[in-house]
Amino acid sequence: MKTSPGDEIYMDNNATTKVAPEVVEVMMPYLTDYYGNPSSMHVFGGQVAEGLKTAREQVARLVGADPEEIIFTSCGTESDSTAVLSALQVSADKRHIITTRVEHPAIKTLCENLEALTGHKHRVTRLKVDADGMIDMDEYAKALTEDTAIVSIMWANNETGVIFPVEEMARLAKERGVLFHTDAVQAVGKIPINLKESAIDFLSLSGHKLHAPKGVGVLYIRRGTPFVPFLAGGHQEKGRRGGTENVASIVGLGRACELAAEKLEEENTRVKALRDKLEHGLLSNVPRSMLNGHTTERLPNTANISFEYVEGESILLHMNRHNICASSGSACTSGSLEPSHVLRAMGVPFTAAHGSIRFSLSVYNTEEEVDFVVGKIPEIIESLRKMSPFWPGEET
Amino acid sequence: MWEYTDKVQEHFLNPRNVGEVDNPSGVGDVGSLACGDALKLTIKVDDNDTIVDAKFKTFGCASAIASSSALTEMIKDKKVSEAEKITNEDIADFLGGLPKEKMHCSVMGREALEAAIADYRGMILPMAEGEIVCECFGVTDLEVVRAIKESKLRSVEEITNFTKAGGGCGKCEGKLRELLNENVADLAELKRADKKPERMTTLQKIKKIEEVLDREIKPGLRQDGGDIELIDVDGDFVLVSLRGACTSCAKSQTTIKEVVEKKLRELVLDTLIVEEAK
Repeated sequence: MKTSPGDEIYMDNNATTKVAPEVVEVMMPYLTDYYGNPSSMHVFGGQVAEGLKTAREQVARLVGADPEEIIFTSCGTESDSTAVLSALQVSADKRHIITTRVEHPAIKTLCENLEALTGHKHRVTRLKVDADGMIDMDEYAKALTEDTAIVSIMWANNETGVIFPVEEMARLAKERGVLFHTDAVQAVGKIPINLKESAIDFLSLSGHKLHAPKGVGVLYIRRGTPFVPFLAGGHQEKGRRGGTENVASIVGLGRACELAAEKLEEENTRVKALRDKLEHGLLSNVPRSMLNGHTTERLPNTANISFEYVEGESILLHMNRHNICASSGSACTSGSLEPSHVLRAMGVPFTAAHGSIRFSLSVYNTEEEVDFVVGKIPEIIESLRKMSPFWPGEET
Repeated sequence: MWEYTDKVQEHFLNPRNVGEVDNPSGVGDVGSLACGDALKLTIKVDDNDTIVDAKFKTFGCASAIASSSALTEMIKDKKVSEAEKITNEDIADFLGGLPKEKMHCSVMGREALEAAIADYRGMILPMAEGEIVCECFGVTDLEVVRAIKESKLRSVEEITNFTKAGGGCGKCEGKLRELLNENVADLAELKRADKKPERMTTLQKIKKIEEVLDREIKPGLRQDGGDIELIDVDGDFVLVSLRGACTSCAKSQTTIKEVVEKKLRELVLDTLIVEEAK
């Protein structure tokens, strides 16, 4: 069962996004004529470095940073590992990490490994979240200790879109002399970010989440932050990240950041309105459905909705027949046997966690698509519920 | 994305026999919401012990729904005594195979069938009487051991794929490993079988065949008052002669093919053909 490109109704933008045509356009010369190495002495290579410079400025502008504070990496995961491992190395006497129970695997697994592989020398505090997916700031303030080397907390959650008050948390960390990292992979391009006015020391972002290609990421390192590179090697990125630059993708990412800045308002008006229409349409047309995550402290593009008594993979496969692309927090889709750790941390009951679907929109979605999805989902859920031994009927 | 066969997709999109049989003769209710999949199988059995109707209700993924649908098709119009021989592998085969991580869906089908038949006969299922090993998914040691033996599982990961045990918090991993090691006799044999030489002299073959007959086949037959004797080995042809009660047994042909040949292929050489000496 293959689908033809262009036929898809793509509502899985927190997984990855379409590469913007404008991005492809600026990349092409670097995949053809301008193949030089930006580190070379000759002009042929040296002119390629111009592309990198422009991209660095474009990225910096989107997040309110200086170009020197931007280093290019291969992905968000690399940026995350780089930040956390650097902080642990520069403050080797400190062994405590603060994170949350709802982090992306890039941080979650890294912390698990740090606990296990170093013979539990590293201590990890995982902050709880409430039913809305929000953090208790008192718990956070109490968790900060003399021994804390770094706080790593996502800006926005990939599954629910819930936004954490990372700027406030970073200020608290700074007061206590603790480094602060945020995985902002889902937030960049969707909400305004101004790092100059924040106390954030490290920020990770990923190209393919904002209409640039896969395989390129960024780590923002606040000027003056002690830093140990993750990839040792050449003098690229001023010695902060070895390895020849993925020039075409970096140039593409730069252009994508420029576009994201231009479209930030559309994202928070038109896209948000589409998301709201989708959300309201589904919640009112499907009985026993509910929203997962805070209603307002949330990315403008994300709606995570649970349909009780049915299973996510089944829903997705039926949606697939209509070319509708989305994700699920169900156990069967994750390759593990347990449903999403994010929904479980929020205390979402099993009746709902297994039947959760994440819809994540982008500027490329249209109202017709939303109407189509709102029209199709209720019948899909109804057909699966007829089959479910637990479905108590609508009247209960 | 899961790699589902066309047949799995077809049974998922157009499931057969959805619902509940009126006044069922037997009901099998397995799995739970918390576990992520559950199946309620209802069967109607007539006076001739034939399953005349079977329906299912399933909560779960595509392969769980397809396995349930397949199961109802497989047992309809079968004698209860025939239906109860259906294994989870049969269900998976019927569907042209399942991804290994999804084998537990076929196990759930078999469990529901057993539960429904036990309910019809007014019996209690022995499997439920074991001790819970995996608390996350409520899997008993008896269920794990059975899966190890029947599906020839060789790792904790495979146990999880087939029974879900160990797929939650992972605390029972040690216990699962113990169960695997305790049932290692079978495992060791399998390993030996793996290393079997490609070519054997006839003498080696005869020796090996006699060994397997003595150890694996004869004890069972003797319990039923029968016996078996190796007559000749000619290339891949193994001639045997059944003795005692076996000679008058209607199932003797099945015994030779399903039991003797299967075992010899597994433990000696997978090209062997067993026939009864006339």
